Amino acid sequence: MSSEDRLELRRAAVRPRAFGAWYVTEHHVRIWRRYLGVNVATAIGTPFMFLLAFGIGLGLLVNANAGPGGVDGVSYLVFIAPALIATSAVTIASDEFSYPVMQGLKWNPIYIGMHATPITARQVVDGLVLFVALRVTATTFVYFLIMAAFGGVPAASGVLTVPVATFTALAFGTPLFAYAATLREDRGQFAVVQRVLVLPLTLFSGTLFPLEQLPAFLQPIGWLSPLWHGAELGRVVGYGAERPLWLTAVHLAFLVVLALAGWRLAVRVMRGRLDA
Amino acid sequence: MTVISATDLVKRYGEVAAVDGVSFEVAPGESFGLLGPNGAGKSTTMRMVGAVSTRTAGELTVLGLDPDEFGPEIRARLGVVPQQDNLDNELRVRENLLTYGRYFGLPRRLIAERADELLEFAQLADRGDAKVDELSGGMKRRLTIARALINEPRILLLDEPTTGLDPQARHILWDRLFRLKEQGTTLLLTTHYMDEAEQLCDRLVVVDHGRIMAEGSPAALIRQYSTREVLEVRFGSERNAAAAAALADVGDRLEVLPDRVLVYADDGEAALVEVTARGLQPLTSLVRRSSLEDVFLRLTGRSLIE
Amino acid sequence: MSAVTEQRAMRRGGVRALYAGNARAVVGRGLVATRSSNWVVIASGFFEPVFYLLSLGVGLGAFIGTVTDAAGREIPYAAFIAPALLAVSAMNGAIYDSTWNVFFKMNFGKLYEGMLATSLGPLDIALGEILLALFRGAVYGIGFQIVMQLMGLNLSWWALLAVPAVMLIAFGFAAIGMGVTSYFTTFQQMEWIMFVLTPMFMLSATFFPITVYPEPVQWLVMALPLWHGVELVRGLTTGVVGPELLVHVLYYGVMIAAGLAFTTRRLRALFLD
Ligand SMILES: Nc1ncnc2c1ncn2[C@@H]1O[C@H](COP(=O)(O)OP(=O)(O)OP(=O)(O)O)[C@@H](O)[C@H]1O
Ligand SMILES: [Mg+2]
Repeated sequence: MSSEDRLELRRAAVRPRAFGAWYVTEHHVRIWRRYLGVNVATAIGTPFMFLLAFGIGLGLLVNANAGPGGVDGVSYLVFIAPALIATSAVTIASDEFSYPVMQGLKWNPIYIGMHATPITARQVVDGLVLFVALRVTATTFVYFLIMAAFGGVPAASGVLTVPVATFTALAFGTPLFAYAATLREDRGQFAVVQRVLVLPLTLFSGTLFPLEQLPAFLQPIGWLSPLWHGAELGRVVGYGAERPLWLTAVHLAFLVVLALAGWRLAVRVMRGRLDA
Repeated sequence: MTVISATDLVKRYGEVAAVDGVSFEVAPGESFGLLGPNGAGKSTTMRMVGAVSTRTAGELTVLGLDPDEFGPEIRARLGVVPQQDNLDNELRVRENLLTYGRYFGLPRRLIAERADELLEFAQLADRGDAKVDELSGGMKRRLTIARALINEPRILLLDEPTTGLDPQARHILWDRLFRLKEQGTTLLLTTHYMDEAEQLCDRLVVVDHGRIMAEGSPAALIRQYSTREVLEVRFGSERNAAAAAALADVGDRLEVLPDRVLVYADDGEAALVEVTARGLQPLTSLVRRSSLEDVFLRLTGRSLIE
Repeated sequence: MSAVTEQRAMRRGGVRALYAGNARAVVGRGLVATRSSNWVVIASGFFEPVFYLLSLGVGLGAFIGTVTDAAGREIPYAAFIAPALLAVSAMNGAIYDSTWNVFFKMNFGKLYEGMLATSLGPLDIALGEILLALFRGAVYGIGFQIVMQLMGLNLSWWALLAVPAVMLIAFGFAAIGMGVTSYFTTFQQMEWIMFVLTPMFMLSATFFPITVYPEPVQWLVMALPLWHGVELVRGLTTGVVGPELLVHVLYYGVMIAAGLAFTTRRLRALFLD
């Protein structure tokens, strides 16, 4: 093999090595576009529905009971809006990082197809994480606009609920991604994870009511939930909720650390799966 | 000069040695085959060459590079047709080519041009907008092969390319592969089919239990391990063994299969005369030329297609 | 005239081709599969509504206090929402069993193709799956009723009828769900189901009385099946029982009949045409 040949070989992989993750993202976007209808309908329909059900319907009951001071000093809609935005982000992440991962490895093994090209296992992971981050950001931005239009996000810093929600989604999603990539057989594991992990972490996370309303033994679940950290962080930026600075820092650190740890783990698991 | 060079290549899965010390070399533009029964280790070898499976031991270079270190560089120059299709069922036929092309970092315009050519090549030009799910098994196979060519690979890895295709589709595919070979593409392929191996391979290895049993061109292997002709005689399942005992010294060699007796001889007709001369009346008899199947039977004591 | 008879004959032939009178075999297989499948999966199904009850009944309830029920009494929020959660979990369970579960078996497991290769017809499979869904629904319903009893949320002896009511609800949704699933071929399309169910879940008097809505919206909600389910169960567990409960039952009777007819037609189209 001549040195010129070698050089040419190296060159062939320069672009994939640099942009491979983005190519994977492009692929996911293309699949997403196949279902544009349901995706857009859900992205727009969901916020209106929550607005109607919780902001207005439930809000009537809560505001009547809470008195003029409202909840945490604001109306019920303002209180829940940042949490609802974060919740919708988490929902997308837990959808994207569960069955589709198993599908890509097993039922319709497109990840294996990607890996036969210059794409590395790490890029397969990065590309999906990037796609989910983009999808979540776009969707929660729509959510934010609708909430803001109905007075749900009064502070100017409220637009930051969007990046907060994205981090929340990744903190929730990347560990799930790593877990999903370990599964070789579907024996209902996702249903279990959904019910005994995702659901309590969502329900006991101080989204629809302050965490302190729960019996003391249930509150620690909230502390472990990315959604609680995301919702509280969202409230700080959404309506300037008064929280100690250190607590805000903890929320942020918790989300970032969990997202990065899950991501790294997912890369490791995926390397093992794709190197057969 | 070689494009693929394997020396004492080993791949273990726990206790199982899927590939157990395999050595071979493939020259540029050559068409090289791995022939062997189920579980022989063909796909495992292909995955190691394809730089998607880390070897347990041994040496391997592909295009002069070590796959463990330069996976992306090697894969950028390969076209891979895996044993099991992994097309994206959620995308349409043409979209499959477009997304795949991107993975090689090719510009979109170039990919679009090649995609159209390849759809033509795979006789799928009118199905570009079809969903992959709607294609027949053979069409999917052709699409997978077209997809593998999107980067104009130097080496094409084909793992049982024609399994599941009807005879006509197989011949068309062979024709396409010949053309690629003429253009200088190196082919590495696995197959269960002797006729396919004889048609396509310049050289091949017979593998069993992760080891190489023999190596050479199809003609040389037949010459070395078999006689020019074979006489197949059937006496009925209970009587084959007894008849074989009476024929022990007819021809060069005998193989007793459950349903028939194979008499290896350079002159099959003469052997048949000898059989009847001994007062044996076969129910059917057939004289044919030796094939790789016979080589395989000789080497492993087993039939290739079980 | 002759065309009609011919059509009718064909339809009868059609049902015979669809139904071998052996849904039991499917149920049997389902139970065996259940027994050998992951017990955690089954046990976890019970926790789902309980988690909702703890979060919404207790957490949110502490926040809201009491709600005025249909008879004008003030009842604790937990007692208001618990029957709704029971009805919703019956719906979700039935939908899961008849959509996702069936979807998987149709598209990935290829289980039905194997079954249809035997003497079983698609209708045996459909009925079998629905019966399985009902069985699971009943088991979970009883579990949830026990939790409600322990938390003092059953306000009347009528609550004993809540479990049969739950099975009625499950039957209704399962019958329709299977037919709908037969149209879908990918995961993402399945999301349309959620797209329809989630608003229904949130707006059908589950979290708050529909009196908060303007009148036209109230009429709309009252057309939805889940509202009838919620009101039926809530009437029983809170003890506000009147003839209107029969209307809810009737609604489900019609839904079941229509759902079965629809699913059978779809199965015939899918498997026999
Ligand atoms: N990922 C894996 N994990 C464990 N064992 C494996 C794995 N892949 C292959 N094997 C084992 O290695 C051996 C060789 O398998 P391989 O797929 O290479 O055979 P093959 O020659 O391609 O067979 P076939 O003709 O059936 O495709 C088999 O015993 C198989 O069970
Ligand atoms: Mg193989």
